[in-house]
Order: sequence, then structure tokens, then C-alpha cells
Amino acid sequence: MAKEVAKERSMILQKEMITGLFKELGNVKETGKKVVYTFVPGNISELILSFGMLPVYPEINALQSGMRKKSGDYIRDAEQHGHSEDVCTYVKCDVGMMLNGNIGPTGEKIPNPDLLLLSYTGCFTFLKWFETLERLYPGVPVALLHTPYQEAHKITPEMTAYMVKQLKEEVIPKMEKVSGNKYDEEKLKSLLRNSSKVEDYIVKIFDTTKNRPSPIDAYFAGVYYIGPINSGFRGTPEAVDYYGELYKELLVRIDKRLGPITPEGEMEEERFRLVVEGPPNWTHFREFWKLFYDMGAVIVASSYTKVGGVYDMGFRVNPDKPLESLAEYCMNCYTNLNLQQRVELLEKCIVDYHADGFLVNSIKSCNSFSAGQLMIMQQLERKLEIPTGFIESDLVDPRYFSYSNIKNRLESFFQMLEQRKMILTR
Amino acid sequence: METLKEIVARCEELAFDLSFKRAGEWKSEQTGRVVAGYMPVYFPREIIHAANGLAVGILGGGDKKLIIKGDAYYQSYICHMPRSIVELALDKHFDGFDGFIFPSICDVIRNLSGMFQLLGQGKFIKYLDLPQNFKQHIGGTFYRHELQTVLDEIYKLNGVEVTAERLNHSIGLFNLNRRLIRQLYQIRQEFPWRMTAADLYHVVRAGNVIPVEEHNEILARVLSLIAEEAGEPLDKIRVLVMGAFCEQPPAGLIRTIELAGCYIVEDDFLLGSRWIQGDIDTTSADPLEAITTAYLEKSTFSSSVYDVGNPKEARLLDLIRRRKVDGVIFAAPSFCDPALLDHPILQKECNDKKIRFISFLYSENTGQFKVIKEQVGTFSDSIKLWD
Ligand code: SF4
Ligand code: SF4
Repeated sequence: MAKEVAKERSMILQKEMITGLFKELGNVKETGKKVVYTFVPGNISELILSFGMLPVYPEINALQSGMRKKSGDYIRDAEQHGHSEDVCTYVKCDVGMMLNGNIGPTGEKIPNPDLLLLSYTGCFTFLKWFETLERLYPGVPVALLHTPYQEAHKITPEMTAYMVKQLKEEVIPKMEKVSGNKYDEEKLKSLLRNSSKVEDYIVKIFDTTKNRPSPIDAYFAGVYYIGPINSGFRGTPEAVDYYGELYKELLVRIDKRLGPITPEGEMEEERFRLVVEGPPNWTHFREFWKLFYDMGAVIVASSYTKVGGVYDMGFRVNPDKPLESLAEYCMNCYTNLNLQQRVELLEKCIVDYHADGFLVNSIKSCNSFSAGQLMIMQQLERKLEIPTGFIESDLVDPRYFSYSNIKNRLESFFQMLEQRKMILTR
Repeated sequence: METLKEIVARCEELAFDLSFKRAGEWKSEQTGRVVAGYMPVYFPREIIHAANGLAVGILGGGDKKLIIKGDAYYQSYICHMPRSIVELALDKHFDGFDGFIFPSICDVIRNLSGMFQLLGQGKFIKYLDLPQNFKQHIGGTFYRHELQTVLDEIYKLNGVEVTAERLNHSIGLFNLNRRLIRQLYQIRQEFPWRMTAADLYHVVRAGNVIPVEEHNEILARVLSLIAEEAGEPLDKIRVLVMGAFCEQPPAGLIRTIELAGCYIVEDDFLLGSRWIQGDIDTTSADPLEAITTAYLEKSTFSSSVYDVGNPKEARLLDLIRRRKVDGVIFAAPSFCDPALLDHPILQKECNDKKIRFISFLYSENTGQFKVIKEQVGTFSDSIKLWD
């Protein structure tokens, strides 16, 4: 281990993109660009961009606050303002950040929203979150886009029609009013063409874990890979460049039979291949990751990287049907799938990527992910006879990250995997 | 003729009968009858009734069911009710049920619908996506289709065609049910000493598990009994309890609040029974549309509905005024995101308008009320002393 960590070109590109976006956000007073707050699952950024507006994702702000070790204080402040200890910490972190001046990761203030685009996809708490924000930013209009749940295992024409009507009669008119621009379908189509290319790349990128060794970690590094598509770059040419570049780099790694890059360099020996369900912990992200790469454990697929869209079951946006496509994109996000679909998707990942084990990181905050996870685990254990592990933490509340507890549980899990390997080899 | 005490005792038994005996009997009285369970909060039971069915409200095991297996299905930081529902399912309490409906109120209930699918419960599972868009041709059209899928499922089971006449008749019965419950609340808010909140709770809750015709008879009888003066007014403050719309507080907690110096004159327990505010049209040639319109236009406020353009704090204030409330008790189930994320919004409004409130958490099987009793007692004393 511990080789020099050289920055790949894709990493540099990503950094430039994100810095550029925050700079643009910092300049809205001068440029007059309007700002839309919205969520990652079902992020219809193409539509926002087609109106020349800029997206802000409170979830991304929260996770960055977690990584910058600021979330603990923010959460405490929100709790002092009456928020319960029991609720989603993303919401509290965001409220606390706002109470503290809404300073973003670059040290600049994130501008206030001109529009709250409540794309209610896969998580009920989103509704509550924006009810809170609506009161913190009085007078800012709310455009609500209700994404029906795939309860019957499918998207029906009625579900799509419902969403398209909301887009046409609720979302678009509000965007026109706020931005002062007319809806431009050709522009939207051209953005969607880029998204479709990016979705292709994303599938190919996460498919590289079929190789041994896997050239990437599809969870810890995976969250960086899904960064651009989930933080405002859906539909942009920059995203196409970034994902093209990343894919090229991975092909080289596969060619050289290189393992994933970790914060401490390249992982040399791949001992365990895992599929992980659930979001990561952000407050101790590095320590958390290290517990895995120190043991030679690589994550070959994770559900969390599908939270902003599931593309590996064949869905692509279709530029010829722009609004229908946006609707279907939203309905296809991971937490908008029913439990059985989630089991099937995870099963496919375990089989296709030859995983040795399945691990749940159960997040205290997140009912959307967590409720039902134990059953998902039971189902997969029974169906595939695969070792399963279970750990608990939180997204951004440092009080719920117990290093020793997680370490102990992971050690037992890895021992179990080791023993199983020995039995299988015999 | 039964006395109020006897009726309440009967209702209490019915309300907490976890074997759902009355529903089973009703079903066996005639072939082609269907029993469908529905989870909180609101479901238009009229449509099941019109399809020769009985919609039974499932509210968990409360403090009556020991959790042994349910904990293996839920992490400790998820509210209690779904684990007791799973426990009931695994212990075959729902064996006589033909299907289950899960109205979209939160992610826990949503995912519970998936768990029921995986557990193979019933002949159909329907997650009912209640629209968050309240325009007739957008959310209304979608909702109507959602209701139709429930009817289609029942049709597959018993072949009953729901005609306009049948559905209008069912709507009439549920209109009467809601009207009677409204009247009970009305009398109780004027004369809360005539019947305790816990007794009222049992009477209303019994309606979740028995045919509406029988419930209407009970309600009418209770109404006639409490129309007459009984008991003595006591020096208690008038409170509104808020936050208990889904996982129900144990009856002991409701009693504790009233024993600690309060009259509960308004609450959101069993909110589904009072969800539609007013009557639904019974003369329509398209009664499904009438039910849809009622949902869009006559729904009460709740943590499970986004209130764009109809702020819940204003609706709470209105209720406080109408019910002449002295203070608000925010009582919510532990780990309930919808209720708990509303509380800062509602409490800010209370603070701004100088309305006193307290808050605490409970779970359906909370067994110790000492701390709550002290907290409520102090609250009541302070209001009596200072206001
Ligand atoms: S509940 Fe989960 S998905 Fe929803 S806002 Fe919180 S962390 Fe995000
Ligand atoms: S108590 Fe709250 S979190 Fe639990 S099922 Fe009900 S609404 Fe959902």
C-alpha cells in the first residue's frame, strides 16, 4: 500500500467543475442568475439549466459540512432551535448551516434560493425539509413535483402522465416566472442528449468492477464519481468530458491490472469483494474507508451510487420525449424502487460483480433507506447464501459514529468472509 | 339498554381486539365479502364498502402485543408501530384479510408495503400514492386512478361491480359516521366532563374494525347519552394534543393527560376518521369523482401532506381559537420524521402568538407515565396560575 497518490486528470476536471459552479453561485448578484434549491434523487437539473438557472443541493451542502467536520455544530444549533434529536440529520445540518450564514465549502456564502424545486422522489422527508426551508426563506415560491413510487414494480402510463402534467403546469410556469425565460424544449433536448451519453458512461464505469482486481471502489470512490451528475452537471458538456476521461483512465487501470485508488495510494491486494447497501458516513469518511482498504476489501457495487438515478437496468433519458424522460428518470431513482426491486437490483450486483459478501450500513437518519433493510438482508442471505454484515452509523451526526463498534463488527464480518473463502477453496 | 360505561367497555374490547374477530365474523356471514386492512392515516373506506368489503384500520399492537420477532425487522431508531404490525403479521393475526392498503404518509409505511409483499401477506398489497398536487385534473386524476386500482383488486376477488348507486349509498353511511363523530367532539369540547377523552378514543377507534352501520349505531347511542348532563366540571385547562396522527399513544397516556389537570378538547388521534371535513356529495353520477374532490378540497391538515399555499400553522391557530384551547401538547411517536419535523414550525407559531405548549415523545407501548404526568401537571398548574 501507501504509494504516492497522483491526481488523475478526471479528478482535476471534477475539482475545476465544482469550483466553477460555486464561483458562479458566488457571483449571482453580478450575473443576475437565479438560484434553484433542489434534491439529488430526481434532480432534473437539465430543466433548471435550460432556463439558465443554477442548482443548489442542500443534501450536498450537508454532506460537505459533514466532511468538513462542521455538521456536529450545525446539528446542535438546529436542535437548539427546536429540532428533535430523532429526525433526519441532513435537514438539521442544513438548517444549522443556514443559521450560521450558509457558508459553502469554498468559504463563500451560498446565495438564497429564488425557487424551491421540491422534487419529491424516494424520500418523504424531502417534503418536510422544504416545508422548513419555505419558512426560512419567506416568499420564495415552491414548485412541487410529486414522483409516484414504483409500488407495483413498474412505471405505469398514469404515473408518467401525472408527472408530465405537474412539469407542464406547475414546475415549468414557475421556472419561467422566476427566470424570466421561456421554456425552450430544443435546449432541454440538447442537454438531455448529453445526459444520455453520461448515463452510458456511468454504467460502463461501474461495470469495470467486473474485473479482478476491480479498478475502482464503487462506494467510497464511487461517491466522487457520481459527484458531477448529482451536483448540477447533468446535461452539461463538461459532464460528458469528465465521464469520458474517467472511463479512459479506468481502461488503462484495467489494462495494467491495477486496483482502486485509496487516500493512501493504490490498493494492492484485493481480498474481499463486497456489495454495500445504504449511504456512507460523511463525518469520518476517511477512517471509515480505511477500515475497508486496510483489510483489502473493495466495494464492487453500492446502492448509494444509484440514489440519483439507476441506469444499469437499461433506463436512459430520451431526448425525443423530454418531459416524459425527466419523469421516468425521477421514478427510476433507487429509493423510489419498491423493496422487492431493491432486492433484485442488489442481487444482480452481487452476482454480476462476483461479490463475496453483502454489507448494510444502516443510517440512523434515513428512514427512506433504512426501513426494510434488515429484510433486504434476510432475503439476500436466503436467496444467495452469501455472508451478510450489518453496521450502523449516521450521515452527518458525529455522535452516531462509533469507530470501535464498527471496527469490531467489520472484523467479525471479514473473518466470516475469510473462513468461507477457505471452505470454498477446499 | 346499554349504559355509557358498558358501551365504552365494549368499544375498548373491539378497538384492541388484535384477532379482528368482528371482521372475521362479518366476512363469514356471506360469501363474496372481502376484508382489506389499511394503515394510517386516511383511506376512503367508502369504496371498499361499496364493493361488499370491510376496510379495517390497522394501528399496530399498541401496548397489547409483545414484540419478539418484529425487532429483527426494524432498527432501534425506527418508530414502534411498524414492528408491531410485522409481529401481528408473522403471528397470523391478519390471516382473514384479503389485502392491505398502505396510504403514502412516510417512508416507513411505504417500505412496510414492500415488506408485506415480500412476506406474501394477503392477495393484494396496494401502496396508495396520495397526491401532493391538489388540482383536480392533475392530482385528482392520478388519485382517482389509484382508487380504481384498489377497486380492480377487489373486483378480482369477488366480482362485485361498484355502481354509482352502491357507492353513493356507502358515502352516505360514512358521511353519517363523520357527522356523528364531529358531533361527539363538539359536545365534548363544550362539556368535556361528560365523557373522558380516553372513552371517546375507544368509541371512535372501535369504528376502525367493525362495519360502519354498527359503528353508526354506537355513535348515535353515545351521542344521546352524553347529550344529557353528567358529572361535574373540574378545574382543568383545555388542551389540544398534536402529533399523534399515526402511531397511537397508549390509552393510559390519554388518561394520564386528563388526570394531570387537562381536558383534551381537540386531538389528532385517529385522524383518518375525521380526515374529510364535511360531507361528500351523495348525489353524483360519478361518486368516485366526488370522493376524489373531497380529498382535494376537504382534507384536514396533517404532517403527511405538504401544505403549499395552506400553511398548517394557520390551520392550527384556527383550531386553537375554535376550541378555546388554553395550551397545546405536542405528543409525537419517537423517531417519527413527519410529526417531529412539523413541531418546530408549529411551536414557533405558538411562541409568536404566546400560546403555551409542552412536548414529549411516546411510543405505542409506553408503559410508564410518571414523568409525563408530572410534566403535564406542571403545565396545567402554570396555566391556571398565570393565565
Ligand atoms: S431521510 Fe434519507 S433520503 Fe431523506 S433527506 Fe434524510 S438522508 Fe436524505
Ligand atoms: S409513526 Fe411516523 S414514522 Fe412511524 S409510520 Fe407513522 S408517520 Fe411513519
